[in-house]
Amino acid sequence: MYNQTEIIKDTSELGADGELVINMGPQHPATHGVLHLVVTLNGETIKKIEPHLGFIHRSIEKMCESLTYRQFIYVTSRMDYLSSHINNLGCALLVEKGMQIEVPERAKYIRVILSELTRIASHELWLGAMAMDLGAFTPFFYAFREREMITDIMEDTCGARLTMNYIVPGGLMYDLHPDFQKKVKAFITQFKSKVTEYEDLVTNNIIFQSRTKGVGILSAEDAISYGCTGPVARASGVSCDIRKIYPYEVYDKVEFDEVIETAGDSFARYIVRVKEMNQSIRIIEQLIDNIPEGDFVGKTKNVLKLPKGEFYSRVETARGEFGVYVVSEGGTTPHRIKFRSPGFSNLSVLNHIAAGGMIGDLMASMGTLDLVIPDIDR
Amino acid sequence: MFLKDYISDVVNGVSSLLKGMRKTGYYFTHPKEIITEQYPDNRATLLLSERFKGEVVMPHDANNEHTCTGCTACELACPNGTIKVVTKFEVSPEGKKKKAIDTLVYRLELCTMCNLCIVACPSDAIKMAPNFEHSVFDRTKLTKVLNQPGSKIREGIE
Repeated sequence: MYNQTEIIKDTSELGADGELVINMGPQHPATHGVLHLVVTLNGETIKKIEPHLGFIHRSIEKMCESLTYRQFIYVTSRMDYLSSHINNLGCALLVEKGMQIEVPERAKYIRVILSELTRIASHELWLGAMAMDLGAFTPFFYAFREREMITDIMEDTCGARLTMNYIVPGGLMYDLHPDFQKKVKAFITQFKSKVTEYEDLVTNNIIFQSRTKGVGILSAEDAISYGCTGPVARASGVSCDIRKIYPYEVYDKVEFDEVIETAGDSFARYIVRVKEMNQSIRIIEQLIDNIPEGDFVGKTKNVLKLPKGEFYSRVETARGEFGVYVVSEGGTTPHRIKFRSPGFSNLSVLNHIAAGGMIGDLMASMGTLDLVIPDIDR
Repeated sequence: MFLKDYISDVVNGVSSLLKGMRKTGYYFTHPKEIITEQYPDNRATLLLSERFKGEVVMPHDANNEHTCTGCTACELACPNGTIKVVTKFEVSPEGKKKKAIDTLVYRLELCTMCNLCIVACPSDAIKMAPNFEHSVFDRTKLTKVLNQPGSKIREGIE
């Protein structure tokens, strides 16, 4: 048997003051969601975390400069693939704002309903994956059962399960599937009856609570200074819901609460997302019976040309504020495009909240940040 | 006090564990609630939505006629250069020259199923088909010619 200290002496990675550098990294660079964390440890205590990005960089912003205003929307589905519909909506809103395109009421209602369904699907996947990160395997299947109903609805109406590309500037690509309302109502009943299962399995679980409560605390000041948005900032008591502050589409007509917790720890971030799912259900219930009749796409020109100038639009995705910034020279393609993705800012806070803690707590902190890597590294 | 905390921790832990195990036990004894689909075995009954975007196809009718006029709207709408329309000029018996497609080359390996070509098509000549099993051993098999050999444009389509 080797002596423990002798093994560590042999590794060249050991720093001068007893630091050990380990790579929490991608198993394989071709898998999706590859994040490489270089973690500096002192025993089991984390001293520093350095995320290394670039494995899944596709230069989406540069690609968009050669695509027309109809074509560049589909690329944003490949950024935050869990809320691809909301990303598409942000891009379409920018084009509509720049060209003053009238969007029919029917399209606005459908866009909001589908956005909220996307948000629920995203949070469901996060809930399952987060519980799996902490060692609970069963909630993953239960969360995916409800998510499957949403992906079925998306498949019927949009024709795809993940990368929808259902939104075009001016409205929607098709009209709704005839079964849409029936299926959404079936989903709402199913979700309401099954949401107690999550509370039994995850929320009230004593192991889950003791692993997340008081872990990875983020103060409101730090959340603002790091640029955190979405549930991460709202769990620290920062009011930052774009749907409330800058309402787009029909969000000013529906009633819903902005979920805010003040603890700022991993458990608060968990609670915010679970409560947000219920608020999304509330929004859908208000809209699903009131979809107005009419056109699903407004009148647009054949060739879309943004006037010369700078444009910005923002939407609230499942992870936070997604912004699109376009500089137009008046042509058919953007001169320069910049996406403000919520994941990048949320990742930057990881070193701040996890350094000084234990390596076992890193999973809870990272899991509740809800990182989607293609969104960070686009 | 220490003993009291210890005992309450144990009781809480066991009760929350049992609560979770009760759910697991419920599904273990109610196999009808399980919705898992056994994919490769249920191929015969597997139904995808008719709108599912699997690949681009060109429908032909019984007379081996399609409605593609060769206007290249799909080629211009495509963000990835997936579609290539090769046109030719057909001379009708009256001596009139008419533009028609020679081949419509579709490269499945480049396609992202964004549906923009279908929306752009003015004569509904192409559509999305719900086929999703695209695995082949040779990459060249993914480059397809959509119009069938010997097919021609339907009468009356301009």
